[in-house]
Amino acid sequence: MVYLTRKAEFAASHYYHNPEFTAEENRRIFGKCNNPNGHGHNYTLEVTVKGEVDTRSGFVVDLKQLKEVLNREVLDAMDHRFLNKEVPEFFTRIPTTENLAISIWQRLAPKLTTAHLHRVRVYETPDLFVDFYGEA
Amino acid sequence: MKAHLTRRYMFSASHRLHSDAMSEEENKATYGKCNNPYGHGHNYALEITVSGPVDESTGMVCNLTDLDSFVEHEILDRFHLQNLNTVPEFGQAVPTTENLSAFIYDILQRGFTHAHLEKVRIEETMMNSFEYAGGNEVRR
Repeated sequence: MVYLTRKAEFAASHYYHNPEFTAEENRRIFGKCNNPNGHGHNYTLEVTVKGEVDTRSGFVVDLKQLKEVLNREVLDAMDHRFLNKEVPEFFTRIPTTENLAISIWQRLAPKLTTAHLHRVRVYETPDLFVDFYGEA
Repeated sequence: MKAHLTRRYMFSASHRLHSDAMSEEENKATYGKCNNPYGHGHNYALEITVSGPVDESTGMVCNLTDLDSFVEHEILDRFHLQNLNTVPEFGQAVPTTENLSAFIYDILQRGFTHAHLEKVRIEETMMNSFEYAGGNEVRR
């Protein structure tokens, strides 16, 4: 089994707010991230796939294909967007880094046919990242 | 759904690697430059990984403000700009980054209750790093 990681970057804005909380609870739990005008990050995404090395091509996965799927399913939808207002799953789900990693996994997993998704890692800043392994 | 969250912190500290259980000669042979009696310092990067189910109402494994304030008060306040050989809780243990990793892991394991502790990783320099994920085998 060989693991292959592809990296990508996207820039997006977001804010944290749960309509079921009071205004005071939202401020207390989410702090500055509750500002409804949003704020932004340069996100770094690392997608790791695993598989056996194909004896004819020497590839785990065709990188060109992986890049196309990543661009289409993730970057086109999220790069230079306001996540809460432009990415459908975040109309109802809070766009935390945890949920972003889960959402990216859910977008990619069904589209990757030649290799298995192993891990989605999302860096919100160089000091904070989330790993999602598809665990329930 | 379960996710892993990693947060990175910086602190600077000095130390001297020296074991009372060894002769002067053994200390020099074992620790080399790190045995210099005056000590030397590093900028340490500390990575803490916690895991847990993502809370549906907050979208979080744990609130970062809880992790940050715990780490600031229980770890950074204790080590940042200190000489590790003089930190009382370190006792007689040699302040290698192996021991430091296990010591920081223990502090988190005992006191941080907002998420499950997965591992502690410390970069002593850009060229070497240490990871500890619990277990008794760390100290022989």
